[in-house]
Amino acid sequence: MTLTLTLLDYSILVTYFLFVLGIGWFLRKSVSSSSDFLTSGHSLPLWITSLAFLAANMGALEMIGMCGSGAKYGMLTSHFYWIGAIPAMLFVGVFMMPFYYGSKARSVPEYLKLRFDEKTRGFNAITFAVMTIFSSGISMYALGILLQGIFGWSFTFSVCASAAIVLAYTYLGGLNSAIYNEVLQFFLIVAGFSPLTILAVKKAGGWQGITHTLGPKMTQSWGHMAHASDNAMGVELIGLFMGLGFVLSFGYWCTNYLVVQRAMAARNMTDARNTPIVGAFPKMLIPFVVILPGIAAVALGQMNLGFAIPLKPAGGPDYDKVLFTLIQHFYSPGMLGVGLTALIASFMSGMAGNVTAFNTVWTYDIYQSYIRKDAPDSHYLWVGRMATIFGVTLSIGAAYLATQFNNMMDFLQLIFGFVNAPLFATFLLGMFWKRATGHAAFTGLVSGTCAAGVTYCLTLAEGKGGYIAHLWEFKTSMAQNFWVAIFAFWVCFLVTIVVSYFTCPKPVEELAGLVYGVRKVEIEPSVWYKRPAVLATAAALACIALNFVFF
Amino acid sequence: MLDLRKPAGFFFLLLGLMLAGAGLLRPDLRGAAVLLDINLNLYFGIFCICFGGVFLWLSRKA
Repeated sequence: MTLTLTLLDYSILVTYFLFVLGIGWFLRKSVSSSSDFLTSGHSLPLWITSLAFLAANMGALEMIGMCGSGAKYGMLTSHFYWIGAIPAMLFVGVFMMPFYYGSKARSVPEYLKLRFDEKTRGFNAITFAVMTIFSSGISMYALGILLQGIFGWSFTFSVCASAAIVLAYTYLGGLNSAIYNEVLQFFLIVAGFSPLTILAVKKAGGWQGITHTLGPKMTQSWGHMAHASDNAMGVELIGLFMGLGFVLSFGYWCTNYLVVQRAMAARNMTDARNTPIVGAFPKMLIPFVVILPGIAAVALGQMNLGFAIPLKPAGGPDYDKVLFTLIQHFYSPGMLGVGLTALIASFMSGMAGNVTAFNTVWTYDIYQSYIRKDAPDSHYLWVGRMATIFGVTLSIGAAYLATQFNNMMDFLQLIFGFVNAPLFATFLLGMFWKRATGHAAFTGLVSGTCAAGVTYCLTLAEGKGGYIAHLWEFKTSMAQNFWVAIFAFWVCFLVTIVVSYFTCPKPVEELAGLVYGVRKVEIEPSVWYKRPAVLATAAALACIALNFVFF
Repeated sequence: MLDLRKPAGFFFLLLGLMLAGAGLLRPDLRGAAVLLDINLNLYFGIFCICFGGVFLWLSRKA
């Protein structure tokens, strides 16, 4: 399947890239220290940090993947947002951000060093750095494959051109530039795909027409969740709530420095806490932009309109191509350029977000901690810029490495289970239990990571895993990933508790501002409608209402 | 510090002008979009012009 671009489409694409580079160019003047370059100097307004918090997560893999999942699983896919994101976003804003922002830590690993010890910080810094490089590289790989398949561009050109643009604006303006462009990309993504949703749903007869055509299994989000065999996802309620809703979701949104970094760039504590909470409002509406077109596509395929879900060469539906098929059928030249630009923008926001998180963790948590301490700040600013180049180069390498495998995207999802799931257990105990010790945190993290590996090697799903034995077979890779995360979390949690009782905790006075209940963290007063608890309650009620509407 | 509303406003304004212009000059332009039955470029172009205008107005207000 190929799409043909006109001069108008290319003009829109070039215009966008000129604006992106221009923003980076203008922002270079605001960078005069490593703090400015790597952490934005805690200077950004709430509306920017909240949209960047959201956009950093909205990579093109999500756009393409969620549309495809909508076509495959229907409204069940909304669980990735209404269960798998909103509760965790509210939790991190209300309960965890006071410690992240109040501790004055410059990164998530640095918080671990303050709360626990250096080895815990080091383990997390290294695993996080590896994860960001893989994430960025796989985004580049997916972009390269996409542009090669759809437009006939060379893989090398696509990877190198996108890497060069991301490098240019992040090198010039640092985190500020990445965040500003993420916000611009957010508006472009929503604007670029909303017309597609409206047109596809309207052509399919509206939501009533879709419900009539497809039936309840595709249009209800909770009706068939009692047993794994009742729904296409192969997940039951426990796996959904514990795996996606708790471990994976909280592990990602509460501990992944990629998103936490955006909140920590806020001007003050109230804005930092409100960043994920305010971001939750548009987040809960994103399913209508990305999932609904996929569902509409299935309905259109049954309506004799000349539309069909694309097929793989070996047979069977190719859900990853649903979004492109819709674009092909609904977007004329002009809007085609907007849709393509939005897609490329979403890839680039994912790459830039991972690169800026990598360069901060590299500079402060690896280089400054282990290679050269006590250098002047100008040196760390220089290291931050070099780490940006280094990070982008490694990402290109990871993109080429991905061409050697056929399941790198599943691998990335698994990495999240290995890294984020046990990390969340460590944070939960670290922030809310002052008895948790440094030795216990490190042992727990290592154990949890190993437990993830063992679980994966003992279970099978869609032909993946089971390298040691086949003790259990899951219906889908998704269900396997959920349970890998569940085991990783609980092993880390229990090991940390047990080892804590055999090791010495830090003196209580050293835990001030790092643990709940040890000297109250100073929170500046605000008007009632700006209070995080009030906003979070409103967001929670709105999310619950959406679940009832699509029950 | 650069006010993001300015470049965002100018970007959407320019995008809107390009699309609306294409919509006015070539209202029958469909390409391979067989299921499209409206002048999407024109309508979306007008929307972008308004959207960009709001951003620019907010940046001037600030």
